[in-house]
Amino acid sequence: MEILRCDNLTLAYGKDVVISELDLSISEGDFLCVVGPNGSGKTTFINGILGLLKPKSGKVILNGFSEKQIGYIPQENLIDDSFPASVFEIVLSGSLNEGHNIYNSEIWERAESVLRTVGIFKLKDKSFGEISGGERQKVLIARALLASKKLLVLDEPSNNLDQKSKKWLYEFLEKLSRNDGMTIIMVTHDLDHGNLIGNKILSLREKDVFFGTTKEFVRKVHNG
Amino acid sequence: MDEFLVKVLVVGVMVAILAALVGVPMVLRKNAMLSDGLSHVGFGAFMIAMALGFTPLYVALPIVILVSFLILRLGKNAKVTGDAAIAMMSVSALAVGMLIASATGVDVDVDHVLFGDEMLVVENAEIVIASICFVTAAIFYVAFYNKIFAISFDEKFARAIGIKVDVYNAIFALICSVVVVLGMRVMGALLISALVVFPTLISKLICKNFKGVVVSSAVVSAVCLVVGVLISNFLNLPTGPTIVVCNLSLYLVVWTLNKAFK
Repeated sequence: MEILRCDNLTLAYGKDVVISELDLSISEGDFLCVVGPNGSGKTTFINGILGLLKPKSGKVILNGFSEKQIGYIPQENLIDDSFPASVFEIVLSGSLNEGHNIYNSEIWERAESVLRTVGIFKLKDKSFGEISGGERQKVLIARALLASKKLLVLDEPSNNLDQKSKKWLYEFLEKLSRNDGMTIIMVTHDLDHGNLIGNKILSLREKDVFFGTTKEFVRKVHNG
Repeated sequence: MDEFLVKVLVVGVMVAILAALVGVPMVLRKNAMLSDGLSHVGFGAFMIAMALGFTPLYVALPIVILVSFLILRLGKNAKVTGDAAIAMMSVSALAVGMLIASATGVDVDVDHVLFGDEMLVVENAEIVIASICFVTAAIFYVAFYNKIFAISFDEKFARAIGIKVDVYNAIFALICSVVVVLGMRVMGALLISALVVFPTLISKLICKNFKGVVVSSAVVSAVCLVVGVLISNFLNLPTGPTIVVCNLSLYLVVWTLNKAFK
């Protein structure tokens, strides 16, 4: 089932067009890696998907859910690690897209459940600043999982992660998409991993935009 | 206790708690300079009101609120970054205030406006306005506490999940304006931002979660204000600087204990 489609999508900041007339379609359980050099428009693409940047033309169509119900995971190193917040406070905030202002017992249970899914339940009452970078990334994933059951959008999640944490992250995401039908869009600089994981790729280079399956992309790269 | 001192404490404690509540999201989002900028604007507005013969409160409050919204608006402009917008507005207001004071020969002790004078706080209107603002802001804070947390922790995520961040920013600016104008009399225009900044910085050293920081900031702010006002009253010291030194002393004590027991 198609879950997201971009029709002739053009994204721009004022007169500066960053993404021009992009067409793509991804289905439930797809794992899309977005790759490209700095300034190629990867984060702009994400902002367009999240509804934070209105299209100059064209549209983003979400099937059966709204932009608010996307689980967004920012770059971990952009969050102030000295911020006084407990892991549980952060994860609970993922549910605020449901329109409530106060958390009820059902939300508490769901938040505890996603903490177990990500494997950090024991860190529930720890402060965000007391845990490692890899654990902080897991907290942000848990928050996104509470926000969405359909689509996760990750912005360079492997930044600042050691090899062990990266390995865990990619395996976890693949399992989510394969076993739970979660659709994943991940911006990555990690091209090797970009080629290895996920089943679709969006490669953004100035005049050379590619969208297709990972296999097609590898073939294209090998054929020059 | 003198009636005027009771009034100072009543208004002061409400303003101190308001300042702490709004200070937590502002300081944690590295946006504390807004209060400092607005305090300069408050000085300018105060001088304009005195020169025109109006009650300062009724002139300063709308001007500071207006400028706070203008700063938010300017900060969104790619050509004027947030801190530059604050600096531009604050120095301009300070300059205009001083020029008006000088040109009109208005009979005001500028030192008292800049550094505070509890004797100036006796108007019942201020108690009424402070009470209304205090109750309204407290209800807002409790009702939307979780969204305030979400915005403070990660603004982009908050926007992505549909929280109207710009509306909250406007409300923070509004509360900050009220704090600046009401607190300026006791604290002084140049020192009022201490009420916004210090309680959060102290509480951040004590508490490891957001709720703890919010509650602790409100308590720390109120206690420092009461202690500062009483000390200044009994020792005949200027009020604003005494309250700031109370906050600074507590910060240094907590910081030292924090280092010692880490």
